[in-house]
Amino acid sequence: MDKIVRIDMGAEGGPKVSFEPVGEYAGLGGRAVTSLIISKEVNPLCHPLGDENKLVIAPGMLSGTSGAMSGRLSVGCKSPLTGTIKESNAGGQAAQVLARIGYAAIILEGKPKGDDLYKIIVTPDDVKVEIDNSLKMLNNYPLIEKLRAQYGDKVAYMSIGSAGERLMLASSIACTDPELRPTRHCGRGGVGAVMGSKRVKAIILDDAGRKQRAPKNPDAFRDANRIFVEGLRKHPVTGEGLPAYGTNVLTNVLNEAGGYPTRNFTSGVFEGGAKLSGESLAEMETRRGGKATHGCHRGCVIQCSGIFNDKDGNYLTKQPEYETVWAHGGHCGIDDLDTVAKLDYMDDNFGLDTIEMGVTIGIAMQAGLAEFGDSEGAIRLLEEVGKGTPLGRTLGSGAGITGKVFGVEKVPVVKNQAIPAYDPRPIQGIGVTYATTTMGADHTAGYAIATNILKVGGDVDPLKTEGQIELSRNLQIATAAIDSTGMCLFIAFAILDQPETFQAYIDMLNAFYGTELTADDVVELGKKVLTAERDFNKRAGFTSADDRLPRYFYTDPIAPHNQTFSMSDEELDGVYNW
Amino acid sequence: MKITVKLFATFRAGRFDIETRDYPTGTKVGQVVKQLDLPTEKLGILMINSRHVDLERRLEDGDTLAIFPLVGGG
Repeated sequence: MDKIVRIDMGAEGGPKVSFEPVGEYAGLGGRAVTSLIISKEVNPLCHPLGDENKLVIAPGMLSGTSGAMSGRLSVGCKSPLTGTIKESNAGGQAAQVLARIGYAAIILEGKPKGDDLYKIIVTPDDVKVEIDNSLKMLNNYPLIEKLRAQYGDKVAYMSIGSAGERLMLASSIACTDPELRPTRHCGRGGVGAVMGSKRVKAIILDDAGRKQRAPKNPDAFRDANRIFVEGLRKHPVTGEGLPAYGTNVLTNVLNEAGGYPTRNFTSGVFEGGAKLSGESLAEMETRRGGKATHGCHRGCVIQCSGIFNDKDGNYLTKQPEYETVWAHGGHCGIDDLDTVAKLDYMDDNFGLDTIEMGVTIGIAMQAGLAEFGDSEGAIRLLEEVGKGTPLGRTLGSGAGITGKVFGVEKVPVVKNQAIPAYDPRPIQGIGVTYATTTMGADHTAGYAIATNILKVGGDVDPLKTEGQIELSRNLQIATAAIDSTGMCLFIAFAILDQPETFQAYIDMLNAFYGTELTADDVVELGKKVLTAERDFNKRAGFTSADDRLPRYFYTDPIAPHNQTFSMSDEELDGVYNW
Repeated sequence: MKITVKLFATFRAGRFDIETRDYPTGTKVGQVVKQLDLPTEKLGILMINSRHVDLERRLEDGDTLAIFPLVGGG
């Protein structure tokens, strides 16, 4: 990973490819690379879909090695949904393959003038940018089928569906999983629209002839990786709960805790929760001949995903995540997993963020476009997005815009990005993260649920304000660091609880790069990334007034705890004081 | 007293999902956990009526007790 490839899509005479040394980004990966490049090179006042914005694609520090859990990919840009800097993160095979080819980043910049659609083929020998108008308006599943016929199954694909081509603000970038399904998405923030604005439909990553990246100290790396894997297998969350039930094990947890936002955040308990639960989903997947345990990339030892078959036993989609099941389920008053799975498939196929689309459909229900609980209505609304009708384009612009168009007062967004599956009133810590993260409402940016609800990595009372600022701050720093190493964030459950697993993770980095990083250095990396992101947002015009939840979270209590979001403005403004 | 006990994830295997059970007045959460032979090293979240509690909490008639192993996601 000693090179960066820069592709100027708007160059005179057609796209121009150039190569440069990794330079100041040496030894960095993932979110550190995307956010530092965007912060340095992109004018924060640019239009996100204009030629001044850039799309940066970066594998993690340990991607492409034999290290477990190292296959996360970061995609960065100025977000068309939020107007902030954006790092959107996905599993799948892309990070491993891109790292083995040898690139620390692909930078897409400029935009072509004409109507032609492009594909980019990246191999160890060359980077080609070719016009392929036969791909126009194909959705992700048929698109990947078509590309596989030409480029085969020993590559990884990144792609946008029709939503990205139509520049929808909820559009995603899909990455293929080990079985070449376009199921792992850089979902949040409309990154698909930025790729679409540059007229890039697909990126084919082919590492033919390349081996795994070699560590500086192979023996130490192997030993550290062994201890790391043992730690993940030993911890009940990463070794037992996530493999057996996936992330959707949380439906019952959040519902029991009264923090499950139901029917557009009007109750904290959904009476249909048990039908949507991870326990029900795993049983259904196994009964129908799917799989309750599946990894999104090679080298994953947690295997939190699964395969969802329809009633006839045919593949429908991957196991929907907890946040997807919530957004398309309880948030819309829907308690049917078949409906949720169909919507998950449609989101993946059109290339849409499942959280943004589920929340948006709930807002459309609030506006009266369908009744809460109407499965067919939800499917019909999402079909409009796939067709690109005026209604579909409105919905595809996300919850904030849909709420404005239809006059809905109470819309759960921060910086115009939909709040996900945890109500911030009975879980104050996650509200701090939603309000203050550089990304717009994003649970992964500082997952206070771990400590507030799951009691992993400590215990902070979710109903009280005490300790939440420090908790969210520390988690946001740790997350920025983990996102930069390209490790799956779920390693956090084990490294927070088990010091020897945390040490093994640091040892892997040091053995690979020949460095002597300490835990403090990793914390400093997280702070450096957050500081660069925050600085970009400030220059883009964001102020402390943007670091707030929508007003109704402060005024409308929610059952069963009958509590409002109680963090003061002064407290929220202190999150970045370190 | 009547207590509704809910079990989740791996704790359901060989036991039950939800049952309303009789317990003597003054029973503590820890006693319910022990009686159900739940492995304490795998205990995650304990909630009574949507609030987190510990093993020392005394149950009251009509309570709903939810018992989860350590789980995570997100």
